[in-house]
Amino acid sequence: MKRHTLATVVAVLVGVAWVIPFLGVVMTAFRPSHDVLYGWWRPPFRFTAKNIAGAWHHSTASLAWGLKNSAQVAVLATIIPTFLASLMAYGLVRVRFPGRASLLMAIGLLLAIPQQMVAWPLFRLMHSLGLLNSLFGLALVHSAWALPWMVFFLRGYIETLPVELEEAAFIDGANRPQTFFLIVLPLMLPALASVVVLQFTWAWNDFFLALILIYEPKKMVITQQIPLLRGQYHVDWGLLSAGAFLATLPPLLIFAFFQRYFVRGLVGGAVK
Amino acid sequence: MWGFFFIGPGLVLILLFVLWPAAQTLALSFLNKDGFAGLRNFANLFGDKAIWDPARFLRREPPWGALLHNLVWVCLHLPITVALGLFLAVLFAKAPNWVSIFRSALFLGIVTPMIVGGVVIRYLFEGHSGIIPQILGALGVGKPWSSGWMAYPETALLGLIVGSTWLWTGFSMVLHSAGLSSIDPELFEAAQIDGASEWAQFKYITVPLLRPVTIVVAVLTLFWELKIFDIVYVATMGGPGRASTVLALEMYFAGFRALDPYKASAIATLITAVSVPLGYWFAARRVRR
Repeated sequence: MKRHTLATVVAVLVGVAWVIPFLGVVMTAFRPSHDVLYGWWRPPFRFTAKNIAGAWHHSTASLAWGLKNSAQVAVLATIIPTFLASLMAYGLVRVRFPGRASLLMAIGLLLAIPQQMVAWPLFRLMHSLGLLNSLFGLALVHSAWALPWMVFFLRGYIETLPVELEEAAFIDGANRPQTFFLIVLPLMLPALASVVVLQFTWAWNDFFLALILIYEPKKMVITQQIPLLRGQYHVDWGLLSAGAFLATLPPLLIFAFFQRYFVRGLVGGAVK
Repeated sequence: MWGFFFIGPGLVLILLFVLWPAAQTLALSFLNKDGFAGLRNFANLFGDKAIWDPARFLRREPPWGALLHNLVWVCLHLPITVALGLFLAVLFAKAPNWVSIFRSALFLGIVTPMIVGGVVIRYLFEGHSGIIPQILGALGVGKPWSSGWMAYPETALLGLIVGSTWLWTGFSMVLHSAGLSSIDPELFEAAQIDGASEWAQFKYITVPLLRPVTIVVAVLTLFWELKIFDIVYVATMGGPGRASTVLALEMYFAGFRALDPYKASAIATLITAVSVPLGYWFAARRVRR
């Protein structure tokens, strides 16, 4: 029993230590700037909503716009690839066609390509497609980048589904797409929940793609606005912390409510 | 015939927004404005002090160049996050259930946008208002450790690496935890009956059985380290005097500030050349399964 006491104490201390950096940002977001000048841990602890309001109504990087834009991009960038990846994963597992194995291998390889590898040509491509500075364009790019890991994750799940159900549907005269939409897709719901939760978080959290594809202040997503809140000559920590807090809130809430699916997706995508 | 119905739409997106631009970048890395340049862009990278400055590295005077900064990042961050995540997974498995509330704290680093992670890291090491320099100062440690880490070339990179360890360890812990819960508890019980110590059980049961998970964590961690960008961008912008710059940031500067697609492409290709062989091995393992 003694070793469990030790493990408990150390585990609690680690948890507390891990929260401290975040605690600093939350405290700074909700306290007057002059109170935290020499450390957010020093009293007096007075509350203010001024920083949040300031970030919300910021003249050049209003987080009210950023939150709306991020939500738009993240929703589109979740729905599109979830649907397409379900189709792809099913096709790769159940439909026989030449080159299937090497296609799967190629998709797996895509997981290793960093986004830097496409940055410059992608910028040019989006410009010529008229999709530069477009939230829809950004969501399309996110969708393409989400497909490989989604396909891998969903493929693993479909392989565990009993094929007999589909065979029964074929005997009753259903074709491939009917079988997929009516039989397989409903069975995939638990896996789709994981995919949706993870992809929404990742699309929301992305910075690099937005940085190169969106340039108009009113269209910027929230992660792009964070560096803009820093201030020109000195760092305005109150404003910056308020922005950081608001930007983190949506993914944090999603995680809080859907922790099970979040972890399952993370583990299934990586370990299996 | 139905193959295309299922695969086609997704494949078009991948070809258009991933493979086609990646192929262009690969091609651009072997070109310059006069035409074919062979390996000259890559040779230039190693002549560029912002990318590669081993002489200063040997004298231990930063900046050492982005490539060496990334390598240092890998050498410190990879073993620490992988081992610490494994250790914490075991630790939290031994603690009672109510401690899982504290375990959730480690998820913060996975859930938070990296750009916010960068803000938090910068704040952590700020001169007057940052908790780490203040604690070190109170312990009697001198400058620059007790002042703003991000303002000094000696400490900026290390501060970012420490901060990124704080962000990433949760990922390692989650995966190791999942692996741990799939180990048959009877193994540990049998070992206990045979009188195996806590350490012996860890060394001869936990570590070897978690090895496949550890390898996956290590590979994914390496991918993450090679393309690290957001936290550097927001915390230091590579400064001071490029002392904390990294490859992805230099690629961004070359492509979108200096408007030199050839240099930018060479840097991007360099990063990819390290990750893709690893990715091939990684994907092959999973496809075979």
